[in-house]
Amino acid sequence: MRRTFAQDLVIERMKRTIVLSIFLLGILSSVYAQKIKGSDTMLPLSQKEAESYMKANPSQTMIVTGGGSGVGISALIDGSTDIAQSSRKIKFDEKQRLQKAGKTTKEVIAAYDALAVVVHPDNKVKNLTREQLDGIFTGKIKNWKEVGGDDLQIIPYSRETSSGTYEFFKESVMKNKNYKNGIMSMPATGAIILSVSQTKGAVGYVGLAYLNKDVKAVNVSYDGGKTFVKPSLQTAKDGTYPIVRPLLYYYVSSSESKVKPFIDYVLSDEGQKHVADAGFITLK
Amino acid sequence: MKRKSIRRIFERIVQGIFTLSGSMTSIAILLIVVFLFKEGLGLFGSPEIEKGYALCVHASNTVERLHPKEVKLVFDSEIVNWKELGAGDNEIMLFRFDDIFSLYSEEELGGEDYPLLSHKLGEVIEQNPGIIAFLPKQYLPPENMPVKILSINNISPLDFFTGTEWMPTTTPAPQFGTLPLILGTLWVSIFAILIALPPGLGVAIYMSELAGEHIRKLLKPTIELLAGIPSVVYGFFGLVVLVPLIQNTLNLPVGETALAGSVILAIMALPTIITIAEDAMRNTPKAMREASLALGATHWQTIYKVIIPYAASGISAAVVLGIGRAIGETMAVMMVTGNAAVMPHSLFESVRTIPATIAAELGEAPSDGIHYQSLFLLGCVLFIITMIISVTAEMISKKRHQM
Repeated sequence: MRRTFAQDLVIERMKRTIVLSIFLLGILSSVYAQKIKGSDTMLPLSQKEAESYMKANPSQTMIVTGGGSGVGISALIDGSTDIAQSSRKIKFDEKQRLQKAGKTTKEVIAAYDALAVVVHPDNKVKNLTREQLDGIFTGKIKNWKEVGGDDLQIIPYSRETSSGTYEFFKESVMKNKNYKNGIMSMPATGAIILSVSQTKGAVGYVGLAYLNKDVKAVNVSYDGGKTFVKPSLQTAKDGTYPIVRPLLYYYVSSSESKVKPFIDYVLSDEGQKHVADAGFITLK
Repeated sequence: MKRKSIRRIFERIVQGIFTLSGSMTSIAILLIVVFLFKEGLGLFGSPEIEKGYALCVHASNTVERLHPKEVKLVFDSEIVNWKELGAGDNEIMLFRFDDIFSLYSEEELGGEDYPLLSHKLGEVIEQNPGIIAFLPKQYLPPENMPVKILSINNISPLDFFTGTEWMPTTTPAPQFGTLPLILGTLWVSIFAILIALPPGLGVAIYMSELAGEHIRKLLKPTIELLAGIPSVVYGFFGLVVLVPLIQNTLNLPVGETALAGSVILAIMALPTIITIAEDAMRNTPKAMREASLALGATHWQTIYKVIIPYAASGISAAVVLGIGRAIGETMAVMMVTGNAAVMPHSLFESVRTIPATIAAELGEAPSDGIHYQSLFLLGCVLFIITMIISVTAEMISKKRHQM
């Protein structure tokens, strides 16, 4: 459990270094480079894809940077990136701004990501409905005994407001209602895992790839408690697990010839292998 | 002769460089402050509702304006009837702009540029007297339809400084209550100093007066090493060691508390306090010490009647720099305090500080948006707090010297 977070930090460091080195490399040949910008969730995936794509095509240069889904799409609008990576669908007003700039976009789903709801391993609660999760994260349900557990205060953990995961969970599970005032918010997924594993009454949400034995994932129901589905790659892939979001690439139609080879590479069997390696759900 | 003049010119140039770099530094600092305030104060010129959007109700509705807080409660389904807002008894129906696309297909809206969109929106509002719709301004229904647009004020400084809810990304009405953040910052820092001061002063006295030369030579670099540890390492230590320790020994539901933040900050402020206080004590003139001892005072009496009063200004400087370190500290606090934006009531609850808020949120706040501006304004608040503290400390130490 200590290692999870340490590893997280190390990975974060490595990511930075890789970004920096790719960036420096990019300056040297920035005229020819293709730029990918946007979601931090997708950053490790895009980096892996870009690295192996460059290995296969030494003449090509890719620059991958994060900053958030919104940042990536803004960059696409003002033309400072070729591909925007986004962990959410493009918003209506972003589409409008693109239209105003005389651009039309193409959308490509690169992978899927599932969110698991996690609790302390000693927690008796196995199943939660969407309505119960809604109540827990908006602060209406305060004690585990209200959802069939022990008499224990519920401590919900959330990600920071800047995170796409935060937005997605709010949209999918809480139907756009706000998190309860003063929810515990953690700067990284690793920190949520650590806190949930240390706190008896905790509940949080993490990407499927982060699940480990220090926390327990609960089964979720979106049909009012008729069927509860266990989060796994299998259930996320066959569509029975409900909290799944697409990871997307957006590009401007006019630059299709430039970016298509990379997009095709991501969608190829080899590219999809990296998707699985990064802990996301493949398309097929 | 010639050599002398060359040297003079050379000295002039060096002098010029020094003057230039001095003035450049001051100008740079000034520019940063101006920039900070310019970005931050833009917030009060921004509307309470997301820019480019409006809230519409049915024309028969008597509500004219909603406070951002009421808007949030309505869209969270906490307020479900218009009579709670002083209007007629009618159930509130929420309508977000995207909902229109689940009612009508793109073709029904006229394709490409949606020429029929605003008309259809008007129809939806017409049919539902209890509706409140959150729409982009460019698609507002035509004026001949029974639609009333709620008036929107700019964000008020009063709400910013006295509001108790910090939810900057909420739509339609973001909540910018900074009171819990300001109090959270002060809360954690003040307790950090209260925790750090007794041992800090103790170690400083020990090192300057009691310790032998050998121990001092060993202790001083060790303590200074403490100052060199990166704050993220302190935070990491706090998260895996201190947080569970606090949680288990005090039997709390959560370990990420203000107390954890204070203890970590106290450890981080210790080297500053010890080093400066010790230097101040060692600077007590030998004559004063010897005079005190010659008058028959014991070592202890000399320490607390002569040396501590003499070093008082240095000690207060140490405290202030310690507080400064604590208030501005970001990473370690962010990792151990849980970052819940609630008003601090006790040490055993989670708090959210200003630096942690800025660090966590600035990355993804779109530039020039109100969230971005609000974070800059928080930076201004932090700047003013630290300035007030250092000015007071300056005044205290000056007063002591006059005595």
